[in-house]
Amino acid sequence: MTRKLKEKIIKNIFFLLSLVSIFVLGLIVVFLFKEGFPIFKVVSVREFIFGLEWYPTYDPPSFGIWSLIVGSLVVTFFASLIAVPLGVLSAIYVAEIAPPLVKEIFKPVIELLAGLPSVVLGFFGMAVLAPWLQNTFGLPTGLNILNASIMLSIMAVPTISSISEDAIYSVSQEFKEASYALGATKFETIARVVVPAALSGISTAVILGMARAIGETMVVLMVAGGAAAIPESIFDSVRPMPASIAAEMGEAPFRSNHYYALFATGIVLFFMTLFFNLIADYISNKFKQVGSATL
Amino acid sequence: MKWRYFKQNLFFVTVRLSAFIIALSIGAFLVYIFMNGIGAVNWDFLTLPPRDSMTKGGIMPAILGTFYLTAGAIIIALPLGVVSAIYLSEYAKQGPVIRLIRIGINCLAGVPSVVFGLFGLGLFVVFLQFGSCILSGALTLGFLILPTIIGASEEALKGVPQTFREASLGLGVSKWQTILRIVLPNALPGILTGSILGIGRAAGETAPIMFTAAAFFTAKLPTSIFDEVMALPYHVYVLATAGTHIEETRPIQYGTILVLVALVSGIDLIAIIMRSYIRKKKRW
Repeated sequence: MTRKLKEKIIKNIFFLLSLVSIFVLGLIVVFLFKEGFPIFKVVSVREFIFGLEWYPTYDPPSFGIWSLIVGSLVVTFFASLIAVPLGVLSAIYVAEIAPPLVKEIFKPVIELLAGLPSVVLGFFGMAVLAPWLQNTFGLPTGLNILNASIMLSIMAVPTISSISEDAIYSVSQEFKEASYALGATKFETIARVVVPAALSGISTAVILGMARAIGETMVVLMVAGGAAAIPESIFDSVRPMPASIAAEMGEAPFRSNHYYALFATGIVLFFMTLFFNLIADYISNKFKQVGSATL
Repeated sequence: MKWRYFKQNLFFVTVRLSAFIIALSIGAFLVYIFMNGIGAVNWDFLTLPPRDSMTKGGIMPAILGTFYLTAGAIIIALPLGVVSAIYLSEYAKQGPVIRLIRIGINCLAGVPSVVFGLFGLGLFVVFLQFGSCILSGALTLGFLILPTIIGASEEALKGVPQTFREASLGLGVSKWQTILRIVLPNALPGILTGSILGIGRAAGETAPIMFTAAAFFTAKLPTSIFDEVMALPYHVYVLATAGTHIEETRPIQYGTILVLVALVSGIDLIAIIMRSYIRKKKRW
């Protein structure tokens, strides 16, 4: 075997193996549809998505996941309200203001936070935050939107903070120097030059953080309360999609309509997060940060 | 003029405060877990199986199960991840195919863990008929951490200076041998660091193994990769939510959480320290 041939074979094998991620992504779609599609013989796509009643075990059952979708969106929205300011501001602090020592401590702390198992946060929400909320606000239960949003925001902060920090850090020094030379204060430079220049990266960070929150399972399973109804206040319980899947899959008889419906919920969840990720990908490519200014 | 500096100071206070809140919450969290869990953790807790319907005894089968699942996941993800990263950073030229592969990796990284669980259930448990077992769980977790490994490996490969490759190629060494003998050894510490972070992620995940590997309780230890196992994260979930002794078993719950957090954070910390060591040592 000639050397050239060998090189070529290796290159092609590597190419094929590098397709594995796309292949797995494809398999995920195939198997979600394979196991989820039969539900649409029982209910229409419209009834499934916009149906208000989720009573999969009643007789006759009803499979409408609108309240689950609303549950997911509501906790993600409130989690973002907490996580976005905390994440972006802490990123600005680390990238622009913190002394080197603080920076060297803070970045690993964020990474440790990112690595905390979600079941542990869920447990914390259940065992500590829920009783506290219940007593403080005099609620029937502390397992509600507020609790889930707080715990989810803790999961989203590391994503938002670390990606934003990379974006802010890579804004070129010349931009800042030009701003200072015009007499701007550090705050004005950050607000008018650095953040606008890093905006695409920060937006990507926010979207990925939200995608993480919407797909997070254990926290919403343990602390969101589990009521499949449209909520009226932040003290109401909800049943976000991942919670419904995780809680019911163990009990749903194999290849029953309930089982199909849970896979179909997975399809909706998958495409929602895929949509978030594609937007993030689009933004980070379309508005790539421009390297440096030249005179 | 004064107003401008007042605004600046106000802003500085705000950003410091937000960083402080984050650091404080994780600090308080870790201290809380440690204080509550340390009382339950002793040698017996770590080495004995649970008894009396999991209200007493230890968590050894769960520790062992998590070890098997995590080891399996990394055996699957590491070779695939490193090879993908080598192709992307050493061979691939910019183009639509590469762009597609990258989008694929990013999207795979964003797939919710519970969807990975459904995928594992549909493909490994049902279609390939492995059943709920170590193999199904390890494969599911392996694909879950694949994007992490690819990302870290690629970064490590990019960190090897171009001049190293040119020197090798200039001596008439083939591209593959250059990668094998020059690029990979220099990128290895970085690749390992990324893999360790992947291990930490796999060890802490619950949702992907719920339907693919984890058992509520097993009477005996697994003897093959086709056995169900207990796992630490799932054990925490089970103790905290199911069963009639939730309040009585609080000490065991905190003990299990302490072991899980110590394991995952310990793994992450090893990776973080390794990386900062590599960065300080390398001077090219």
